[in-house]
Amino acid sequence: MSDNDIKKATRQVSQNEGLIFERSSPGKKGYRLPPLDVPEVDYKKALGQAAREDLGNMPEVSEMEIIRHFTRLSTWNYAIDLGMYPLGSCTMKYNARVNEVVARLGGLAEAHPYQPEKISQGALRIMKTLADCLLDITGMDAITLQPAAGAHGEMTGILLMRAYLQSKGNPRKKVLIPDSAHGTNPATAAICGYAVENLKSNARGMVDIEALAAQMNEDVAGLMLTNPNTLGIFEQEIHKIADILHDKGGLLYMDGANMNALVGKTRPGDFGVDVMHLNLHKTFSTPHGGGGPGSGPVACKKALEPFLPKPVLVQRADGTLGFDYNRPQSVGRVRMFYGNFGMHVRALAYTMANGPDGLRQTTEDAVLNANYIRKKLEGDYDLPYKSASMHEAVFSDHRQNQKGVKTGDIAKRLIDYGFHPYTVSFPLVVHGALMIEPTESESLEELNLFIDAMKSIAREAQEDPELVKSAPHSTRVSRLDETAAARKPVLRWKPAQAKSAGE
Amino acid sequence: MAYPNDYKYTKEHEWVQVQGNVGTVGITDHAQESLGDIVFVELPKVGAQATAGSSFGSVESVKAVSDLYAPVSGKVVAVNEELNQDPEAINKDAHSAWIIKIELSNPKELDSLLTAEQYEAFIAEEK
Amino acid sequence: MRYLPKSPADRQQMMREIGIQSIDELFAPIPAEYRLNRDLKVPRQMAESEIIDYFRSCAETNAAGYGGFLGAGAYHHYRPVVIDSLISRGEFFTAYTPYQPEISQGTLQAIFEFQTMICELTGMEVANASMYDGSTGAAEAIMMAVRVTGRKSALVARSVHPEYREVMSTYSQHQGMPIAEFGFLENGRVDMAELEKKITDETAGVLIQSPNFLGTIEDVAAIADLVHKKGALLIVSIAEALSLGIVRPPAEADIVSMESQSFGVPLGYGGPYAGVMATKEKFVRQMPGRLVGEAKDKDGKRGFVLTLSTREQHIRREKATSNICTNQALIATMATIYMTIYGREGLKEQAQQNLAKAAYAAQEFGKKAKVLFQGAPRFNEFVVQTKEDANDINNRLLEKKLIGGLPIKRFYPELGNVALWCCTELNSKEQIDTAVKAVGQ
Repeated sequence: MSDNDIKKATRQVSQNEGLIFERSSPGKKGYRLPPLDVPEVDYKKALGQAAREDLGNMPEVSEMEIIRHFTRLSTWNYAIDLGMYPLGSCTMKYNARVNEVVARLGGLAEAHPYQPEKISQGALRIMKTLADCLLDITGMDAITLQPAAGAHGEMTGILLMRAYLQSKGNPRKKVLIPDSAHGTNPATAAICGYAVENLKSNARGMVDIEALAAQMNEDVAGLMLTNPNTLGIFEQEIHKIADILHDKGGLLYMDGANMNALVGKTRPGDFGVDVMHLNLHKTFSTPHGGGGPGSGPVACKKALEPFLPKPVLVQRADGTLGFDYNRPQSVGRVRMFYGNFGMHVRALAYTMANGPDGLRQTTEDAVLNANYIRKKLEGDYDLPYKSASMHEAVFSDHRQNQKGVKTGDIAKRLIDYGFHPYTVSFPLVVHGALMIEPTESESLEELNLFIDAMKSIAREAQEDPELVKSAPHSTRVSRLDETAAARKPVLRWKPAQAKSAGE
Repeated sequence: MAYPNDYKYTKEHEWVQVQGNVGTVGITDHAQESLGDIVFVELPKVGAQATAGSSFGSVESVKAVSDLYAPVSGKVVAVNEELNQDPEAINKDAHSAWIIKIELSNPKELDSLLTAEQYEAFIAEEK
Repeated sequence: MRYLPKSPADRQQMMREIGIQSIDELFAPIPAEYRLNRDLKVPRQMAESEIIDYFRSCAETNAAGYGGFLGAGAYHHYRPVVIDSLISRGEFFTAYTPYQPEISQGTLQAIFEFQTMICELTGMEVANASMYDGSTGAAEAIMMAVRVTGRKSALVARSVHPEYREVMSTYSQHQGMPIAEFGFLENGRVDMAELEKKITDETAGVLIQSPNFLGTIEDVAAIADLVHKKGALLIVSIAEALSLGIVRPPAEADIVSMESQSFGVPLGYGGPYAGVMATKEKFVRQMPGRLVGEAKDKDGKRGFVLTLSTREQHIRREKATSNICTNQALIATMATIYMTIYGREGLKEQAQQNLAKAAYAAQEFGKKAKVLFQGAPRFNEFVVQTKEDANDINNRLLEKKLIGGLPIKRFYPELGNVALWCCTELNSKEQIDTAVKAVGQ
């Protein structure tokens, strides 16, 4: 095997760059302030004991160096803009540029959250329009845009569930969570005061209806279900699941991480979901930004509406929009102000660019792409669950592991082929999982390059397993020693002399 | 690695070696091998009460964390502080890198633990 | 649809290879009765120019062109153009969590620099890769104090941002973690006597804000003494990060929870912002959120990785330190670039300008009304008490395209007609004079 097998990428020179602190020296400046138009104040006198001596090791660099520093850093990242980013469960789709432009418009980017409502109608109109779109997309009755991320939305949703059950007399004790769920689900249930009870999947990779019926009782507040689940499989007996919960007075929570498989084709509100969150940074294309910000609106049925976090966006009698703070049954605030408004702007711009036809086509393409990959790779990689795939396909490293090549190794080798790896070792129900979500944003050519790369790596795993196990071979750093990093954590830079003095 | 005959073992992969009324506790070689490189051991405080079958701490590798279960009940009379600096000692020699010492409150509990032979049979089956 | 890179022929070919006749076959797992057979009720597909027109019209009806004196947890500071120029690089904003360090060194190194700068500014030993915002960060800090101490309850100063307090109460309500409040004195600082009375052996943490919601800078060292005597942790929440340019870092605290919006993050009608948590090294394993650490590759080359992740939900699930998954990487990167641009000298100069503007404004307001909470130092905010309702003054100012201070009677009814005014480097003397004139007109 050689670089000739790698079609998507070619090695190129990569600039070296130290830490910004290593560029710093006294007297360099990257700013200039305007002259002060009020009398100067001696801050040391004004603050007395509260005055600061100096700013320690904060950097001093020029503007030119700042541009080079961060530009060089940026070139060390892989990104959607460079190619396919099939990270399962993360929905790495194209981030449209117009979204960035409109989010930066002066009246929106510079709006203060406490400016009077009468001069905030534009921002409120955006939030209301997005809320209305999301309600029709989900088939729900009410919504809050306040949660800052998916896990934050989960917390909000479970608090709503709890408050609703409490209003019926008993908040109950447990939440059921399938073994294939995201780790945030059990962590969320725990911080909302619920014990977590594991629910096993059946051989088809779906909720085991009999197990659910056996585990469901008056102690169970509800089920946190991802649909399609993390295996990319739609829960075909969803109506039975909802009925079992509802019959015993419980609620169905849906983790909307995988809504990209459903928008315009089916609505959670129609198939029995009581409360759910959306990840605007997944389905609605707001940028992932290297790990945030996200945005996690929560939509619910009418019965849960009184408990929504306050304030709630309302239309007043005179047609203007505003916030209602008088919500006696509210679960309270989950975040200051009104949520990640900048993400609301972007999500609405995305929805408008698509329209109903574009949203439907997007979902169809996302599912088509995943099934194409599944079809093309099922001869090379083990497919542990044969049920139909929606927006992602989950393989295992079972065959490659015979030669000692694991999912993590295949992932690293994929880097050499010019791709970001898929999600490694998740969901936990699959031993050695390769979780591949192409999204709708990939062309047939890009998909074929990815498939070729995966097939080539499967061959390498048989013929030259060491090549795969020691990958990546083309990156600016090779595999990093995460064990040493965790044993003796170095979590900040320190100047050299201070370091040696401290040792 | 051999499993010492004078140790008793749990199905959760801890060992205990009893001298007088004090039991020295660690994890088995099989446990360290399946965890991989250990990066951190969460120790209880001296004086804490350990209950047989309940968690008294945890061991962490880079990508996994595993609860530690007390093989016997009693007061924790010593903890191996060296593991704070040198958690890899467990990887090097799991059967000498002890974690805590427990003053046994109910020596009868030892009877329900596995012998070296039983433990080896147990892990062979688990594989 | 212009974002979708496939021709009808491509789709036909893919369907043929999969072995299906129609795309609907792929949606067969969805029971027929739940399939949506109509168009979604969303706006029709729009051209880029139409989208820009729509948002421009929204922006124009949204206080465009107004100046103002609002602070209260969201601050209007100058944002150098370099910030957006750099974070608009697709490699930053279209990447995700650096799970694969070999192709994520850019994000990882930027976050490592962020963590370092936060430590330098706050006087703490370690900082995480960021939290959602200051309010949720404060709630997480209390949960952390509970884990560290093994105690259950917390005390929060009434001079902490009211919305932060609401968020803390939402988070704590089902965790068996009662939160009580303690008051403030006439100089705006916390009432130490009341704190001493309320703190017990069951208090896990005491949370204060400095500068607090009323603009007053707290005596952190004295409060820390009292709190530590009782074996509790002191958590200092900072809403106005720029204050650290001239205000002594809260080094005596055990946990610092900071909102970094002031560092180059747009006001954006309230978000996205970035909280950050910093603490002592000995507590790091109880800290929530992502952490970046230094590592070596097999050739000994320096690189960075996500580390100590066993604290987090994807590994520890219901036993995790928090359910938080994401950080606010892009916002933290903005803050890093801002802190780099101003740096060691600029942050100080910038902070001095804020102090001078607010001092001038407070002095001028003092001639027409009562400036409350004298006798303790302030940074860039102060409370003005007037005879007239603050909203009436503000309505007059709006005609001059100025937004007055935030009326805070709803949070502190006992203070009467009060408003919280904020002056940053962006408030001109002329604006300040205009605002003062509107008082008692």
